[in-house]
Amino acid sequence: MSGPVLQANDLHVRFVARQTKRWPWSKPGQVKAVNGVSLTLDPGRTLGVVGESGCGKSTLIRAIAGLTPLDRGQVLLDGEPVDYANRASLQRLRARVQMVFQDPVSSLNPRMTIRDIVSEPLVYFRPKLDGTARRRVAMDMLERVGISANLANRFPHEFSGGQCQRIGIARALVAQPRVLLCDEPVSALDVSIQAQVINLLKELQREMGVALVFVAHDLGVVRHISDTVLVMYMGGMMERAPAGDLVADPRHPYSKALLSAVPVPDPDARLSPQVLKGDLPSPLDLPQGCLFEARCPVALPACRAARPPLIDSGDRAVACIRAEPEPV
Amino acid sequence: MTGADPILSVKNLSIRFRTGDGMVYAVNDVSFDMHAGQRLAIVGESGSGKSQIALSILGLLARNAEVEGAALWKGRDLLAMPAAEINKIRAREIAMIFQDPMSALNPYMTIERQLSEVVELHEGMSRSQGRARALEVMDAVKIPDARARLRAYPHEFSGGMRQRIVIAMALMCRPALILADEPTTALDVTVQAQIMELLAEVQQAMGTAIVLITHDLGVVAGFCEDTLVLYGGRVMETAPTRALFRAPGHPYTRGLLRAVPNINDPSATLAAIPGSPPNQTHPPRACPFAPRCEDAVTACFETLPMLEPHAGTASRRACLRPVEALT
Repeated sequence: MSGPVLQANDLHVRFVARQTKRWPWSKPGQVKAVNGVSLTLDPGRTLGVVGESGCGKSTLIRAIAGLTPLDRGQVLLDGEPVDYANRASLQRLRARVQMVFQDPVSSLNPRMTIRDIVSEPLVYFRPKLDGTARRRVAMDMLERVGISANLANRFPHEFSGGQCQRIGIARALVAQPRVLLCDEPVSALDVSIQAQVINLLKELQREMGVALVFVAHDLGVVRHISDTVLVMYMGGMMERAPAGDLVADPRHPYSKALLSAVPVPDPDARLSPQVLKGDLPSPLDLPQGCLFEARCPVALPACRAARPPLIDSGDRAVACIRAEPEPV
Repeated sequence: MTGADPILSVKNLSIRFRTGDGMVYAVNDVSFDMHAGQRLAIVGESGSGKSQIALSILGLLARNAEVEGAALWKGRDLLAMPAAEINKIRAREIAMIFQDPMSALNPYMTIERQLSEVVELHEGMSRSQGRARALEVMDAVKIPDARARLRAYPHEFSGGMRQRIVIAMALMCRPALILADEPTTALDVTVQAQIMELLAEVQQAMGTAIVLITHDLGVVAGFCEDTLVLYGGRVMETAPTRALFRAPGHPYTRGLLRAVPNINDPSATLAAIPGSPPNQTHPPRACPFAPRCEDAVTACFETLPMLEPHAGTASRRACLRPVEALT
């Protein structure tokens, strides 16, 4: 099948913030966690999503997976709209879109053996398999992620964090989904283990042709694994660009600041980080204009007036009126 | 580093914990010197014992810990000091910055009380003197509108601002040494850049020595002149930061550097270090890194390499087969 495997158009997610209710009759506040994010993912490719904590990057993929209700917007899977209110449609989504979570230990059921954990998705997504076949498929998958099959009767607490993440990946991939949503899959791991897991993901992607949405706050990791990167700030999309181009030539002022702040493991690379003033604004009370305006070093009065539209020029897109024009 | 005497000299420090599953050997025979105004990084992965070293220096280890060795501060051993004595050194001479700024602050106390309490207790200042010092230090860490924010509680600040307050608290008595335990791990990159810049500024202005404990090699590269690499509670290598990054001597350091995805240099695959971190329930008898080391020989599994100087440089490494010997 050609065409994008996953497409999302103008997604919005809102949460009701009850604690901001001053009186029982006052209107509760709203946290606008995701504000109009669109994305396209081709089969076998990787889309990285970066941004600081609270920018809505995890919420975005949780909404795509159907774990958080969407407020507005549409998700298309293989060109076919997903109806999150329809059980059958959700079931189809889950068979094709799986998720890997940040905390490798708490995302595994401590009372199930890892064989049961990895074979459970098969019960739902490949119901024709009998018990023996399920077991065989699960064992194969465990071996592929580097967990020896003779450990299959053990429980999650007997494994290290890196191994648990491998088991989480095996569980997500065992039913051969088309899309794997990874929510900070390596942030809880040490550097030496982190590299193992990233390499494993890349290898499995090559073998199985699964497309990845890779959410992380570590730009080095995202740059390494992604084809295209989406930069988010306060739930909005600031820029989308091929990973190499984003690093070489960021166009949005926020992307520039974010990239310059990344510590580079090289003592001679004193890049003089462009230190941003201030902190993230409250998501309860988003500005009318550009979401980044308050911290932007090059903001104009016009930036406060209206939210800049995303100007899409094919492989790159940027939402900033001060972004340098495309060189012709 | 040579010349003046070190202000802190850690000698053969070992820390063990008695746990329900037997002994855990967290830190094994670690020695290093700190000079006035020096910036030293202690780098290691989780469980390598880096935080325990800092805690032991200030006598803050958990009760089930057993400590051996010495930490000489101006000629006196901090590890053997009674609590009343070490309390006079805490904050006044050696201060600590903790990883999580929210849990390092008391949620029930205003910022003013938390800051001025330090000098009231340690320097016998009055409340108004304490407030004046608090204001001064809050300006130094660039908290905007400091006077108005003295009355605020920790929850009213953002993560980055809270970490500034924790740094301000460490600076209250103008200590000679600050132990910063992962000061930016809980923060976002743009805020991390702010905090590291601030620490560098404060360090230069006050001439404070800093031990930066971190797992992030990127942060080390931009901040510290010297680096100590820990693995399995043992020192693998110590060297001037530049030399360490340019020409790592220990295979572990080399592996660590290769495993970090460098944003400016994306290669096809990351060189991961195979295997998992060591089990520290036995005292080390051999190189703790040997099981994961691609260059290990039989001797690496049998003998415990000592930290030895590398000829003609300021680097020292504990390895039978250091990197340059292989090429």
